[in-house]
Amino acid sequence: MATLTEAPPPLTPTAPEKKPPRRRGRFTPYWLLLPGILWLLVFFALPMIYQASTSVQTGSLEEGYKVTWHFVTYWDALSEYWPQFLRSVAYAAAATVLCLVLGYPLAYLIAFRAGRWRNLIMILVIAPFFTSFLIRTLAWKTILADGGPVVGALNTLHVLDVTNWLGWTAGDRVLATPLAVVCGLTYNFLPFMILPLYTSLERIDGRLHEAAGDLYARPITVFRKVTFPLSMPGVVSGTLLTFIPAAGDYVNADLLGSTDTRMIGNVIQSQFLRILDYPTAAALSFILMAAILVMVTVYIRRSGTEDLV
Amino acid sequence: MPFLNWLKRHFVVIAGLLTLGYLLLPNVVVTVFSFNRPKGRFNYEWQQFSTDAWKDPCGVSDLCGSLSVSLQIAFWATLGATALGTLIAFALVRYRFRARGAVNSLIFLPMAMPEVVMAASLLTLFLNMGAQLGFWTILIAHIMFCLSFVVTAVKARVMSMDPRLEQAAQDLYAGPFQTFIRVTLPIAAPGIAAGALLAFALSFDDFIITNFNAGSTVTFPMFVWGSAQRGTPVQINVIGTAMFLVAVLLVLASMVISNRRNRQKA
Repeated sequence: MATLTEAPPPLTPTAPEKKPPRRRGRFTPYWLLLPGILWLLVFFALPMIYQASTSVQTGSLEEGYKVTWHFVTYWDALSEYWPQFLRSVAYAAAATVLCLVLGYPLAYLIAFRAGRWRNLIMILVIAPFFTSFLIRTLAWKTILADGGPVVGALNTLHVLDVTNWLGWTAGDRVLATPLAVVCGLTYNFLPFMILPLYTSLERIDGRLHEAAGDLYARPITVFRKVTFPLSMPGVVSGTLLTFIPAAGDYVNADLLGSTDTRMIGNVIQSQFLRILDYPTAAALSFILMAAILVMVTVYIRRSGTEDLV
Repeated sequence: MPFLNWLKRHFVVIAGLLTLGYLLLPNVVVTVFSFNRPKGRFNYEWQQFSTDAWKDPCGVSDLCGSLSVSLQIAFWATLGATALGTLIAFALVRYRFRARGAVNSLIFLPMAMPEVVMAASLLTLFLNMGAQLGFWTILIAHIMFCLSFVVTAVKARVMSMDPRLEQAAQDLYAGPFQTFIRVTLPIAAPGIAAGALLAFALSFDDFIITNFNAGSTVTFPMFVWGSAQRGTPVQINVIGTAMFLVAVLLVLASMVISNRRNRQKA
């Protein structure tokens, strides 16, 4: 019976990966790769090694740092900053879920319902990218301003009472609260959810919907049994593309939040650029990286789309 | 309840358009507030209609300087990342070689890494090497993180290319070089262009990695960041609005051109 619960094989046969033909010049691919890969090795991989070594150093800025295999830095960093870690994960997860809930209808709209408006909507999704995201994030300060129309409406609808009770907002304001930060994160990473969703929805054969309808499936059932499962690759890559950068972001928490909403990105930034405590900063960013790697690996395993990586 | 039924039938359209509104709301605010005459240093509250900022977009010291720094960096980063990335994409799609898996992971990792981690580790490298932070370190960083995105964009295009087109060219006695220039490159061009556009947008807009590795060089995003603390001039909204308009116009123009070309072919 176990086979029944498994996802059915895709209806369109996926072409086996074409093996690239062998060509003249055994070393040609290496010459093509050399400059770019060298760049990534020197400016991406090597820095990681440097950072690893920094995280186990002790010393001070004046006297210089030495590698002393001082792993306690990790423990200290973790025990001091675990609230910020937890907050980062919580905010990023909330923003990811919101992005999925908000982005799915729009992606669906563009893929199946937009008709001749498709290109226009696509442009409107991508074009905001070209206005600096910092300017757009600052605009949220105006939108969510104390006593502004948004806060006023939320107050009238008694939404703020609920969010106050949940601890997402404080008093009559939204700015400088967790709600504002999550709103900013959702806004900033929404396109990263919409585009992969759209790509995977667009690939779905419309005839499958018709077939499901012919078999007397109600629209909601068609969505649950056909559309959503087939859009899983888009869901997985979309959630990864929003969660990972959101967890490391410090811009939204800085511009829209307060000291109570500091995320781990804020801590790393201030340790590196203001306090200049390099070992702690390096340890923190390694913990963040490891945490994300673990979560992402588990998530990819669970969702059964290992071919993504 | 006819209204509820109508709501049910058009649920996706309504929800989708609401999301679109959420996406565009800040752009509307940015545009509206570019016509504001603020009291005090911050431009967060509507005071009075004025076109002063539009008449004098460079009126704030350092703003246009930072804009030109950003444009230069974005230009060279795009050039560098597109060149290196296209070569990698061709190698990955067209050849079988040993280190293919390792190369693929090395391309994937920068995209899956939180920016702040990359930014911090790059700063550690530069500090250890004693490099002078500034234009060059920003450029190096930007080429690094744009590279993966270019590879992905070009790879997608080259992979969907019909190999028979090249074989046909060779059957017609085109040499390898001629085949590449006359057949392969034109077909791959949209992918390369998409990668380049993406690289430009990413580099121009990057704040986190630049913030770590800029030293005292001020790019446009860093200027905006600083202004959020010191006071935001209206000119920032003018530049933001102009960027949005230019992007929409460019995309519309490219669509008109490609439509016309398709019609000519038909």
